Amino acid sequence: MPEQKVVEPEELLLKAPREKKFITGSQAFAEAVKRANVDIAIAYPITPQSETMHLVGDLYAQGYVKDYYRAEEEYGTMSAIAGAVRGGARAFSATSGPGLLRGLEAIVSWPGHRIPVVLGVMTRVVNAPLSIQPDNVEIAYLLHSGLVVLHAENQQDVFDFTLAGFPISEKVDVYLPVVVATEGFFVTHAKGYVELPPEDMKLPPRDPYKAPVPPTDCEIPPARIQRDAPVQKSNFMSYLIHAVWQQEVWSANRRAMKWIYHYLGGPIEVVNPDAEVFIVASGCAAAQGREAQRYAELEGLPVGLIKVKALRPFPEKEIREALKNAKAVIVPEHNIVGWLAKEVKAAIPNGGIVVDGPRVYGGMTLPVELIMDEVYKALGIKKEKTLA
Amino acid sequence: MGLEYVKISPGFEKYMPRDYVDLVQFGQFGKQIDVMQMGQFKELVEEHPMCAGCYMAYFIRVFYAALPNPEDTIVLGTAGCARLALSQAAVPFIYGNYGDTNAVASGLKRALSIRFPDKVKDVVVMAGDGGLMDIGFGMTMHSWFRREKFTTIMVDNEVYGNTGGQESGMSPKGIQLKMAPTGKKFDKINAVELAQVAGCVYVAKISPTNPKRIAKTIKRAILAAREFGPTFIHAYTSCNIEYSIPTREVLADARNREKQDFKFYEWMTDEVKEYLEEIERKEKEKAKEEVGQ
Repeated sequence: MPEQKVVEPEELLLKAPREKKFITGSQAFAEAVKRANVDIAIAYPITPQSETMHLVGDLYAQGYVKDYYRAEEEYGTMSAIAGAVRGGARAFSATSGPGLLRGLEAIVSWPGHRIPVVLGVMTRVVNAPLSIQPDNVEIAYLLHSGLVVLHAENQQDVFDFTLAGFPISEKVDVYLPVVVATEGFFVTHAKGYVELPPEDMKLPPRDPYKAPVPPTDCEIPPARIQRDAPVQKSNFMSYLIHAVWQQEVWSANRRAMKWIYHYLGGPIEVVNPDAEVFIVASGCAAAQGREAQRYAELEGLPVGLIKVKALRPFPEKEIREALKNAKAVIVPEHNIVGWLAKEVKAAIPNGGIVVDGPRVYGGMTLPVELIMDEVYKALGIKKEKTLA
Repeated sequence: MGLEYVKISPGFEKYMPRDYVDLVQFGQFGKQIDVMQMGQFKELVEEHPMCAGCYMAYFIRVFYAALPNPEDTIVLGTAGCARLALSQAAVPFIYGNYGDTNAVASGLKRALSIRFPDKVKDVVVMAGDGGLMDIGFGMTMHSWFRREKFTTIMVDNEVYGNTGGQESGMSPKGIQLKMAPTGKKFDKINAVELAQVAGCVYVAKISPTNPKRIAKTIKRAILAAREFGPTFIHAYTSCNIEYSIPTREVLADARNREKQDFKFYEWMTDEVKEYLEEIERKEKEKAKEEVGQ
């Protein structure tokens, strides 16, 4: 392993020269962890996440990560992450589909405990019949738990979001876990071009004392910190404490937005802002939406794309502004419930222009033609379907 | 840092809460207290909302008095009776999710070892029979398999006291409790044997009838965990509510159980034995010297 010099996140993320590599999404996660100065990574296997945590294990063997172990199961993994982070360490883990649900009770308590950590979520089918294929219905609950949720379209996003996730999560005014979600297999097991900064640079170590909720390490006064901490009070007060604390968690979540602008250039990307019809999508659906927008452009159709990078905090204001002149909004998704369509509908004053779909699930790919069908419908173009 | 963080900045004494000032002046931080002096110093836990006559509350009081290093100790608990007192003590306390104590403690202990490689930071889990042997069973076992260096103390009241008296894996066979309407169908889980085969280096079973013995057991468990690996204490701490033990009879009940299935039992590896004997020999010599002076 090369000697790594500590550089500020701005240097590493925004200024350092980058070199183009052709790597998988799993490798992109590991490349981010390699530069993130991670103290401890805890892993439990589940397809399609395992490869990422194998690679992080290799980083431990090489000395990039200080401690690493295979935990007993996801609940144990996510609880141990909470312990490590409360002890002042910087931590990383990743999971997928059923594993995410198994660890969910611990994961959704992280925001309330103010656990700054980065969790990779490689989305996968949860419900029966069994499938190991991507389907991002699991993201739905994460959106309601106070975590910062970023949704990566491709391998480059995986790298950038994961590396930026650490400084975002550790900002004093945020201090929340950051989830970097991406579609399993489609991104994790496929290669793409990723611009990488040098591997001999790393983030500054975590400073656990720069925190709204300090670490539990017997180093800071007062001794009775936990007795008076708002998160541990008795049942008699907990309803009030919970309400106040959750409001603060959600305020912190909104405060993450300025750091998303700072490190990631903002929560959305807009292609063809003057279009009449917009495709709004996140993750892999954004990649397919991008392709549909390109088709439409070739056909001379007024179609634009809004890629949603940050699902929490949700870029309500930005989406409303970008869609202010839209006549129709198509929201393709990789899940049956359509959580993004609901969010977009609620964010704009004329929600009726939102088309619920197309949606695929259970691991199906999202054909560009399905999105184009909705584009033609929205523009009133009749396309004859004939058998070849 | 340890002792430094409990000190009061000069000039601020009169603005600090009285009980905090007492804790620093007359408490046990930085000192080795003999549990027989209880009542003569400011204890780490005083107020707590546990039931009158609760034997677990008594055990917890002795536990805090016995800590070898209270200024650098972190206690973890889970849902249940014990945490009601643990969360009121003047020692940092972590309350995770249901039954996850030993997983959280694993991460915490490792983080502290990374950040403070040259310091002693003791991590102690104190949880009930439900938390450690039922809902958190897998996490308890695996922390032992992984040889995590912290102490687990099971306060066994043989019932889910806090949720209203349901049967637990540690309830005696045949006993009729809520969720066991026709009586419990299987024996108490043998936690001590499990701990031994799972890799604990020091294991004890105790009915807390003798404070000196409790203190010695707790101290030994914590000292051994620091150096060698996981340690475990199985303590009988009756539930006087669910088992209808009159307050004045809780000690008699503990003595009675001591004769039956909670006979004092202590096991340790040879290296732990050697290590503890050496520490205790030096302590005795030091005490003799002090008496001589």
